[in-house]
Amino acid sequence: MSNPLKCDFCAKGATVHLTQIVNNKVHKVDLCEDCARAKGVTDPGGFSLADLLLKASLAPASPTGIVRCEQCGFTQADFKKQGRFGCPACYDAFRGVLDPMLDGMHKGTVHIGKVPRTSLARKSLHDRLSQLESELTDAIKSERYEEAARYRDEINQVRQNTGSKPTA
Amino acid sequence: MTIASLIATPCELTDVGASKSAVVLMTRIRLARNLAGSPFPGWASTSQRAKILDLCREALMATSPMKRSLVASVGELSSLEKQILVERHLISRELMGSVQGSGVVISRDQAVSVMVNEEDHLRIQVLRAGFHLKKAWKAIDDLDTALEEKLDFAFSPTLGYLTACPTNLGTAMRASAMMHLPALVIAGQMDKVVRAVNQLGMVVRGLFGEGSDASGSIFQISNQTTLGESEGDILKRLGSVLHSIVEHELNARGKLLETDSGKLFDKIGRAYGILRNSHLLSSGEAMNLLSLIRLGVDIGVLPDAQRPVIDRLFIEAQPGHLQHAQKGEFDPGQRDLLRAVRLRSEFANFAAPDFTATQNGRN
Repeated sequence: MSNPLKCDFCAKGATVHLTQIVNNKVHKVDLCEDCARAKGVTDPGGFSLADLLLKASLAPASPTGIVRCEQCGFTQADFKKQGRFGCPACYDAFRGVLDPMLDGMHKGTVHIGKVPRTSLARKSLHDRLSQLESELTDAIKSERYEEAARYRDEINQVRQNTGSKPTA
Repeated sequence: MTIASLIATPCELTDVGASKSAVVLMTRIRLARNLAGSPFPGWASTSQRAKILDLCREALMATSPMKRSLVASVGELSSLEKQILVERHLISRELMGSVQGSGVVISRDQAVSVMVNEEDHLRIQVLRAGFHLKKAWKAIDDLDTALEEKLDFAFSPTLGYLTACPTNLGTAMRASAMMHLPALVIAGQMDKVVRAVNQLGMVVRGLFGEGSDASGSIFQISNQTTLGESEGDILKRLGSVLHSIVEHELNARGKLLETDSGKLFDKIGRAYGILRNSHLLSSGEAMNLLSLIRLGVDIGVLPDAQRPVIDRLFIEAQPGHLQHAQKGEFDPGQRDLLRAVRLRSEFANFAAPDFTATQNGRN
């Protein structure tokens, strides 16, 4: 008994030990009595081990120091506190924290299923359009008019596809 | 449309009548969606939330299922109205407590409800009385695709739909069935079922989701994971788990009738007596008694025609609905009186259980 298990949430000795098998992976959580009650583990209606695991895996500090999302300013400390991200871009910013967490939380780590085709097609057209527009500006600036004409035609083509008005 | 007219309008849950469905009361599918480039609701500023709410509402109103729907901001709703919507499974408890810039859009038939700025920008829900995973999926898939015409959703090719909480990543789909499992409860087998279902990657919860109790022997069973499996596969897996729970429940009913019919009939008969004669009923007790009456209908000791009435009472005996019907707010003690009055008058016209009627072996 020299090294009793500690609760995953606080430092108290753990007396509740849970094991759940999801997709042939074994997940274990150790809890003290207070945390077990607080997390609803004793609730006969059932509870989600995934939620517990999520919060437990947030406990160790990041080895790389402070991680911050450039887009929205969300920090890893915020994530630890809330268990939610700040914005879609956080998924890139916190990739290092997220990846080990995902492994075991879900059935896989790569999305299989519905893809928002309309919305993605629109986005790629938009991206193409802004790229062409900046190239057009560059071409005009450096007086490469033949190229500029080609960019303008292509822009009009893309605009027609998206249903917006062509430029003169 | 107002909340009052919404309650008075026939709807999927209270009027379609899950009459043919003995065990699965209703099926629900929920999709979480977020707008690309915008902070999630929990991190967005008040003005960002207001902008997102406007954008989402506008997109929603342009879709065909949401024409002439009820549109409300959480701030405009009284606490009683919010409670009624929770009792109808149209909004979550989380949305009920949220502050500025949250709202809900509910279709006229209340089969579709969309919460805006709950945990995610959009929480789209389709609800069907009975066991209809495929139909519910078709409806929600179409609505989601229609919304894409107007909104750019946050999506990653590897992680799928991006959600505020990583537990919803991927399909961001939660499909669930509300099941009435009285025989498994009476037989003391529910713990076993919960464990088995958990091991299959599904979650069992009480009537009102996370943390709620299972009064009335009503449970919600839903998928736990959302990433790494397509919507179709998740629904197929959930469907087969649900089918096997239905089978276990029906077996448990058969076994109770065979080996312990005296105990079962006693419970049903007493429930009938209490509902007809009591003067104080808490909502938990009312749910448990109604559950036994529903079981009585299912095993044939009470007429089939009573099932839709009971399903409606499951909802109307809840505190919010009860107070709305009485046009006022009452403390729990007064509510228990009013609930008993309501149930006494409903049950005054109910046929008494006929315990010789189970011989034909229904279910």
